[in-house]
Amino acid sequence: MNKFLLTASAATIALAGAVGTAAARDQIRVVGSSTVFPFTTAVAERFGQSGEFQTPVVESTGTGGGMKLFCAGVGESHPDFTNASRPIKDSELETCKANGVTPVEIKVGFDGIVISNSKAAKQIDLTKEQIFAALAKNVEVDGKVVANPYTNWSDIDESLPNTKIEVLGPPPTSGTRDAFVELVMEEACPEAIEAADGCTEIREDGAYVEAGENDNLIVQKLEANADAFGIFGFSFLDQNADKLQGSTIGGVAPTFEAIAAGEYGVSRSLFVYAKKEHVGAIPGMEEFIKEYTTDTAWGPEGYLADKGLIPLPDDARAKQAEDAQALKGMGS
Amino acid sequence: MTDTLAGGAKPQNNQHTNEQARGRLRKRYAAESRFKWLGAGAVLLSAFFLLLLLSTIVFKAFPAFRANELTLPLNLSAEHVNPDNLTGNNYDTIISDALLSLFPQVEGRQERRQVRGLISSGAPTLLRQALQNGSLTPGGTVEYALPMDDFADLYLKGLLAADSAETVLATPQSVAVEGNEAELRFSDDSLLDAAREAGALEEDGGALRLTTGAASFIIYLGGGAVKITDLAPDADAGVVARGPVLASVSADAAGPVRLRVIATPEGQRKISDREIVWVDQLKADGRTASAWNTQFFFGGASREAEMAGIWGAVVGSALTMLVTLALSFPIGVAAAIYLEEFAPKNRLTGFIEVNINNLAAVPSIVFGLLGLAVFLNWFNLPRSAPLVGGMVLALMTLPTIIIASRAALRAVPPSIREAALGVGASKIQTVFHHVLPLAMPGILTGTIIGMAQALGETAPLLMIGMVAFIVDIPGGFTSPATVLPVQIFMWADFPEPAFQQKTSAAILILLGFLILMNAVAVVLRKRFERRW
Repeated sequence: MNKFLLTASAATIALAGAVGTAAARDQIRVVGSSTVFPFTTAVAERFGQSGEFQTPVVESTGTGGGMKLFCAGVGESHPDFTNASRPIKDSELETCKANGVTPVEIKVGFDGIVISNSKAAKQIDLTKEQIFAALAKNVEVDGKVVANPYTNWSDIDESLPNTKIEVLGPPPTSGTRDAFVELVMEEACPEAIEAADGCTEIREDGAYVEAGENDNLIVQKLEANADAFGIFGFSFLDQNADKLQGSTIGGVAPTFEAIAAGEYGVSRSLFVYAKKEHVGAIPGMEEFIKEYTTDTAWGPEGYLADKGLIPLPDDARAKQAEDAQALKGMGS
Repeated sequence: MTDTLAGGAKPQNNQHTNEQARGRLRKRYAAESRFKWLGAGAVLLSAFFLLLLLSTIVFKAFPAFRANELTLPLNLSAEHVNPDNLTGNNYDTIISDALLSLFPQVEGRQERRQVRGLISSGAPTLLRQALQNGSLTPGGTVEYALPMDDFADLYLKGLLAADSAETVLATPQSVAVEGNEAELRFSDDSLLDAAREAGALEEDGGALRLTTGAASFIIYLGGGAVKITDLAPDADAGVVARGPVLASVSADAAGPVRLRVIATPEGQRKISDREIVWVDQLKADGRTASAWNTQFFFGGASREAEMAGIWGAVVGSALTMLVTLALSFPIGVAAAIYLEEFAPKNRLTGFIEVNINNLAAVPSIVFGLLGLAVFLNWFNLPRSAPLVGGMVLALMTLPTIIIASRAALRAVPPSIREAALGVGASKIQTVFHHVLPLAMPGILTGTIIGMAQALGETAPLLMIGMVAFIVDIPGGFTSPATVLPVQIFMWADFPEPAFQQKTSAAILILLGFLILMNAVAVVLRKRFERRW
């Protein structure tokens, strides 16, 4: 038996060496943000169902990790697309260019970040300043910067419920957290705290609970605890609207329409970057871009809207589709 | 001493039987029984938690094992299906035509879209596959069952809009249907109170409006259904109820008039009142049926909850485990034999031993980084391949197997070796003919522990691209694949509620896979077991 297994393992190692020079890739590879992942996978699946090309492989590596892989070079061992929940950074674009990669930027839609609680409790109205007061590590009280003294919502404003502040949200590694900090905390940051560089710091005394990257877990915890609030992407609120309600921010409720119209203050754009150099080398590149940028996919009534992606306005969508399909590279 | 005890009388001052001694004895007995109870308690507590965990998973997973299918009269005649070019036909149209033929009263683009939404968006692909593999033959109209949309499925399983209550109403005095609107006149005003309780909006003159934020009122009568949106008190103590017709009402159909109140407002659920009425109608017609969910067991990954299957991940896990076993078992056992039986005991082997023991405690993600650097970047092996995954996991499993194998070899009594050497066997004959077979049960135990660990691992696979959405079922060691724990992780992360049940079901499949692997090891171990 051992002789057999030894031979088998030797053969496996030999095989491993042999496939090192694998044949040309006939499958699109996508990496990047876990926020865009549910949308790109849906497009990939439809694209594969058409039967003409193989279904693309979509990896969830996070925006930063995806950019690193994407910009590493040209060739079949490098991915063809990357998903991003923020625009490409200048430093990343430089790396890309240094490695001969020309990214084609496609803005695919919006994602709202919501603060919501269980239907068993009352819906509340918040302002960004109130959220900052509830969650920041240091706040300004009577002109002085102090460690956050608020324990109940009603300590911040009389109109808010007299319950303990308990917010479940994403950890610092998450793109949702980055966006939340940028769109809420930094905007509502008073000058005194900005001077101390403390705008991005979230309190660590138990009022903010890092609930992990899994938004579904937050949804389940909110169902069980009516006093708690959760921070997560709009699609999770949309899919669980029978159990959860979104708090209004600055008087605007997080609805599909409000986010699409740009009225809801806590929303960000989502992007997909294509590698121009791979068009023609990897089969289906242009067709995949086309599949993503048709109205059946990303339109207001497309299947991505069903998955929770908030579409761009009509004219922006037309412009993005045109630029993307013409493969208009960045910085070229 | 014997003399004094002969009479049976116990000496009063014996230090083993006096009062203090008995006290000490009681204490020791008490400590023993305390420990026994604590131990039993610990076992019971862990058994309780295990049971709790398993029962929650099984309970949650249960709905995912079955799926509701909708039987449609599909028109597969020559004008719709070209048998020579099965990929080129428009299956979308065939399916939506069949669905719309079941609802002749449906008009307007929005409503048609809703009707089409009752069936899974993967249905056209399934239909094409059925035609391609010959389980359906083109020609004529064929009744064929296709999976329903996940929300319709959840509704039929009683997991959506379950908070509804039905009451029987008195027959209305009059029913007037005009186009899509119906007007019902009731002689008592009990409806008004019910609507007020359900959060209806109060308007001038005592009228009530059931807006999107209030509970849904659906009245079933005359074989159809009407949704009540407006209620107004009538001049003579009655109520006039108005609203859109959800399913056509015929004047001459008899039967009780029922009021159904769904407490969750329509705007907040993923299935509308209209869809609920349609699904109920299909169910009453015997068109829906709950069937064993073959798509879940034999399908690949999908973003549509009803189309998502576990088979791709099962195959991926099996391929990865095969590579892991084929590499780590022979190398691990050979390393253990060399170190234990042949290697000289010096500083070098001591150093190697310390390192192997340390490697067993290295976090698994480190092996993933190694795999990325060596296998992908240097050997140029493909990303996301079970081959690379298996190699990385083999590295992770090796220390466990080596340590367990060495312990097993050491446990073989020296007399066996001496006897073999004594009758003239060479060193290698001694090891392979006598020592190794006796050590095999222990080696297999170590192997199975290592393999079980490898089966549940996701962290090292993240680095080599196996945490990915892959629809196609892997065909070999180098085609892209994912593994069971990764699939569980991804399903746990998707927002659609139907994936929650799928997650639990996938956990059960993973446990089943593990039990199967262990069973093979147990059978092998039993065959090798020797007693001396």
